[in-house]
Amino acid sequence: MSDSFMNDWVYTDIVKDHFMNPRNIWKREEHFEPDGVGEVGSLACGDQMRIGIQVKDDKIVKLRWLTYGCASAIASTSMMSEMATGMSLGEAYRITPDMVTKALGGLPEHKFHCSVLGDKALRAAIDDYLAKQGRENTLKTSVARVMCECKNVTDQAIETLVASGKVRTLKELQDLTGYGTGCGKCKQKIADYFYEMMHVHGKEVAEE
Amino acid sequence: MNRRSVYMDNNATTQMAPEVWQAMVAAKDLYGNASSMHGFGRVAAHAVSKAREQVATLLDCAPEAIYFTSGATESNNMVFNIARTLIDEGSRRNRIVTTKIEHPATIETVKYLKGLGYKIDELSVDATGLVDLGEVKAAMGDDVLLVSVMTGNNETGTIQPVREISELAHGCGALMHTDATQAIGKIPVDFKGWHIDYLSLSAHKFYGPKGIGVLACAKGAPLFPLLHGGHQEGGYRPGTYNNQAIVGLGVAAELARRNLGDEQQRLWQMREALRKGLVAAIPDVVVNGNNEHCLPGTLNMSFPRAEGESILLYLDLEGIAVSTGSACATGSLKPSYVLLAGGLDVELAHGSIRFSLGRYNTMDDVTYVVEKLPPIIERIRMMSTRQQ
Ligand code: FES
Repeated sequence: MSDSFMNDWVYTDIVKDHFMNPRNIWKREEHFEPDGVGEVGSLACGDQMRIGIQVKDDKIVKLRWLTYGCASAIASTSMMSEMATGMSLGEAYRITPDMVTKALGGLPEHKFHCSVLGDKALRAAIDDYLAKQGRENTLKTSVARVMCECKNVTDQAIETLVASGKVRTLKELQDLTGYGTGCGKCKQKIADYFYEMMHVHGKEVAEE
Repeated sequence: MNRRSVYMDNNATTQMAPEVWQAMVAAKDLYGNASSMHGFGRVAAHAVSKAREQVATLLDCAPEAIYFTSGATESNNMVFNIARTLIDEGSRRNRIVTTKIEHPATIETVKYLKGLGYKIDELSVDATGLVDLGEVKAAMGDDVLLVSVMTGNNETGTIQPVREISELAHGCGALMHTDATQAIGKIPVDFKGWHIDYLSLSAHKFYGPKGIGVLACAKGAPLFPLLHGGHQEGGYRPGTYNNQAIVGLGVAAELARRNLGDEQQRLWQMREALRKGLVAAIPDVVVNGNNEHCLPGTLNMSFPRAEGESILLYLDLEGIAVSTGSACATGSLKPSYVLLAGGLDVELAHGSIRFSLGRYNTMDDVTYVVEKLPPIIERIRMMSTRQQ
């Protein structure tokens, strides 16, 4: 097998580097004491992510993570851990999978969904930190995006409903929020987002 | 030890045997249309019929039973199309019985036909991937038209009791199909003795070229073409003969027959060395499938707390090629349906790796994998959310 064959890897060199040498792994022997912890995903879906952060003056000074996931999940969390370290909580809260994917030099299309857990776990860790401090969490609403304009349904609202188990099908989501019952143009976008969130939160879609 | 290239994905496809490609190169001048009457056509036709005999000898059937197709996917589709045609023509038998662990070429065809309203039962398997004969028996009836059960499973290697299933099928007057693609060249496949009506195979799984395969059809079993066109293969499989590929298939069949005994033993020895080596070197592993009824070169293992695609890619970086039942490797969200059908825990299915050894693997390859895999698993587990 020639070396040029081996260089032609499924992922970019940056992905390969982070996959081979993941940064900021939460090693047991380090006895890391996090100020906030977030965990998303489930083993049933094949990926799970846990992130711990240490915070000083509203800045993330240290971030450690663990994952049960594929190469994309490992590489994107490793990359994100470098990006988030040193950021203010507000900045870190606004990290999106797109930003991470770009920094990695891209991921194959069908791998994108593997990279969405990292920033979710990070936000969960920040939420956890603020809750533990007894502080009001204004970040949560500040990053919400309106997905259905006619009925004013945000991604936050959808995710909260999914995570709490209140909606288990698209129909239940529609019954509760009324999304898609105006002009209808948001339907596909919301359906995609709904299934992604079900996956991220490790929920099985119930039979309709 | 230096970095090597170790190919352990022989159930996906094999490299061509040197004897095969040499015969194909030698056949480069066979460009005549095997259906033409002139000399160019006649030498081609002669080579085609020689290959037909080589395959027939391997299967111990009449050369007339052999229909060349583009591979097992087409052969399987042909069989289901035959059943469908019979049902459409008003056969009083209108039920098909198959299993949940068939190759996608069958699974997807079944899904399609079910969508059109055809009645198809998909039998489950036990924890080792074995079809339960009691369940087969219970599914039989005088409305069953076709029973289709693979000989050996591509993922777990589990070998099905095809002879017994065939007996049950014939006991109620149904036709018997087996997809023997993974079994050919690895274990004896007894087309005649098992009373098989239809058998599918692909050349590229036993060191032949890709894009060529066979549907073997017992005398008297109904046939309908899937494709329509010329008169080749009795009009049941039209299309100009792919002379070189057919020659390659013939040689591969001949080699498979000659090597079978030795190969079976050698593959099993390597497989067992690999299994024992990995079980000894890696804590907490699960061997999937049936250790007693298993294709000799197939080893399917799960590594709890480690995800399959990561394992696959770390192995790839060491030059080792394997496959995984993890969902991530395919971009879908569900892991291997074959492993889940056997009741395997979802996490274990995501963490499964299939090693499939072949003719060109050596004990050195086994040693190399036993050396390289343990630190990889340890490393993945160290960064796993699932700590012991
Ligand atoms: S944007 Fe959702 S219905 Fe119009």
